[in-house]
Amino acid sequence: MNSIILQIAARYLKWILIVFAVLALLRGHNHPGGGFIGGLMAGLAIVYRSFAYNAFQIKEELKDRPERYIALGLSVILLSFVPSLIKNATLMTGLWFTIPLPFNEELKLGTPFLFDIGVFFTVIGVTLMFVFSLTQKSQP
Amino acid sequence: MEIVLAIVVGVLYTVSVYLMLRRSILKFIIGLIFMSNATNLLVFLSAGLVPGSPGFIKPEGVAAETMADPLPQALVLTAIVIGLGIVVFTLALKYKFFELTGTDDLDQLKQTDS
Amino acid sequence: MSLIAFPILFPFILIIILLIFRSDRLSRWFGPIGTGLLAMLSVYLLVLVREHGVIALQMGGWEAPFGITLVIDYFSALMLVVSSIITFVVAIYALYFLTARIRLNRFFIFFFGLIMGMNGSFITGDVFNLFVWFEVMLMSSFVLITLGRTKDQLEGGIKYLALNLIGSLFLLAGVGLLYGKTGTLNMAHLAQILTTDDQAILMNTSAVLFFVAFGIKAAVFPLYFWLPASYHTPDVTITSLFAGLLTKVGVYTFFRFFTLFFVHDPQFWHQLILVIAGFTMVAGGMAAAAHYETRRILSYHIISQIGYMIMGLGIFTPLAVAGAIFFTLHNMLAKTNTFLVSGMINKVRGTYLLKNIGGLYKEYPLMAILFIIPAFALAGVPPVSGFFAKFILIKAGIENGNYGITAVAVLTGLLTLYSMLKIWNEAFLKVQPHNEFEKNTIQKLSFMEYLPSVILGAASILMGVFAYYVFDFTMEAANQLLDTELYIKTVLKGYQ
Repeated sequence: MNSIILQIAARYLKWILIVFAVLALLRGHNHPGGGFIGGLMAGLAIVYRSFAYNAFQIKEELKDRPERYIALGLSVILLSFVPSLIKNATLMTGLWFTIPLPFNEELKLGTPFLFDIGVFFTVIGVTLMFVFSLTQKSQP
Repeated sequence: MEIVLAIVVGVLYTVSVYLMLRRSILKFIIGLIFMSNATNLLVFLSAGLVPGSPGFIKPEGVAAETMADPLPQALVLTAIVIGLGIVVFTLALKYKFFELTGTDDLDQLKQTDS
Repeated sequence: MSLIAFPILFPFILIIILLIFRSDRLSRWFGPIGTGLLAMLSVYLLVLVREHGVIALQMGGWEAPFGITLVIDYFSALMLVVSSIITFVVAIYALYFLTARIRLNRFFIFFFGLIMGMNGSFITGDVFNLFVWFEVMLMSSFVLITLGRTKDQLEGGIKYLALNLIGSLFLLAGVGLLYGKTGTLNMAHLAQILTTDDQAILMNTSAVLFFVAFGIKAAVFPLYFWLPASYHTPDVTITSLFAGLLTKVGVYTFFRFFTLFFVHDPQFWHQLILVIAGFTMVAGGMAAAAHYETRRILSYHIISQIGYMIMGLGIFTPLAVAGAIFFTLHNMLAKTNTFLVSGMINKVRGTYLLKNIGGLYKEYPLMAILFIIPAFALAGVPPVSGFFAKFILIKAGIENGNYGITAVAVLTGLLTLYSMLKIWNEAFLKVQPHNEFEKNTIQKLSFMEYLPSVILGAASILMGVFAYYVFDFTMEAANQLLDTELYIKTVLKGYQ
């Protein structure tokens, strides 16, 4: 497919979708959303371009990226286990700590959130891998 | 409402079995998708339906009796994710196979049987 | 106690490392070293189990039955130890025997994925979690089976995938119905509920679904057709990995489910299991006798041997269950070893067809010895492990009055011996026929190429010589399986 409208639109849609994906990720703990949904959205944002252009081209641009995304995501997931090991709690215990922000606000961060970020990146990688494996011809 | 959904589960299983018994690999995969969805719906139904009640509530919120059971919903979410991965892998496998042999006919797959 | 989760976490860490450093040179080292460390960890866990009985870890600090619990008892610890030995051996084997077309890095990523899923299934104490680990394992095995991308592999892969996916969906449906009826998915809690409930007979609907699901995974009689259709297609390294491990996870779950909580209707279930065990043995043995390709013979053999393991569950006395566990452990070692040797034969001669090869005894006496050890073990010849395994099972069968299945087991032993002798006669004793396989592709196998098979052969012999001690362990495991009180108490310690 080679539609100029889609190509231009995909360029801007990509960032809009990524912003929404991050939003879905951030509100995920207590509201609908989360790492998986956010990851799918962000993955699709990148995939959009492969619809507009050509899957080969994107693959060239990204150069092995799906695996890198997955590696990054999995390592973040692994990282989220470390605090519970250090604090000698049982593995995967959700530990929360708050960071005070100006204007009387506070930011709540915790290992489940870190886990979600890990899922986010893994899902991006997996989505890309799925789409590339379905759209490109295998090398003979 | 539950009885309707139970019938839907049955219909979905019927459709999936019918599609799986066709000769085309693609139809088989579509049947697999149907079966996966039917199973997900079955798991979702297993806790019973509590219309209009949330699975998660605020600390001061409603009593536990009127709350929907969140566990099957979590299970279904996991199952859907796994199902997604599996369906994509099956499609990729079918695609590679089609590229190599040019056939979509399950009856042609007799090479490895004995 | 977080150590309990490490059989899952450690392969996970290795996958990440392999994904980051995508070089084959590094992967060469990560494979054997990683699995070696895993083996040590498993042995240490077995020591822990010996000290404490049953050990449990409540993940995330959520006490059972609300959270996911990881439990290790004797049976799972033994399975962990033996399977990690096999993965260690296969990791070494892969360095020398994997086709050059398959990148080692890629292979090891999914190899560790398979280990992660398998270890997860061994140590989880939650039914849905078991489903997830099964899927992790199956996804990795799907990729492994089609790694070579040949036509046969893709075709075998489709069959393997189709039937196993249907099995997984059966498992999921069973989980759903189980939850609908009991409101819990923790195995220990399920056991507590179902053993005291007088309407437990209603659980038969779920039990049938689980039976079909595990039956497909373990390849029992009417459900095994995916196995012979796919196991002979992938690279021999991958086949030997699958042969030793995948079906045995199905057997493990059979034991876990039908000793821990599906004990409400023993008459029906044990009868059914015994009948199926008999058919499985005979069907697999007969088909193995009819074939002339080593990998196909050995694939049918896997099925035949699954029958013995299930038979122990059907007899359901402590001795029988201990025998079945003994048999499972011995079979994992011996079965993998036969596949390893068939890979060696293929490497020197370039074919798996028995009609085309011969005279290997003269040229490679060491290979002949390495074959005869697992062959004797499988057939049940005294000094090696298989004899004791079969002996215990048959003794238990006679003591309990299950004469029919015992007779079938003894007769199937002859079929096994026949097909092992067939490989021995055709490949090793017969004179090499004059054909294009006459000239060796390589002259000599190096020591490292023999090493994996040597390790497994030594394990088989040690298991036979020290059968008394191994039997102690399996007896302990059987007692723990049949007397579930300790298991339930350890898992549900805060919740009564």
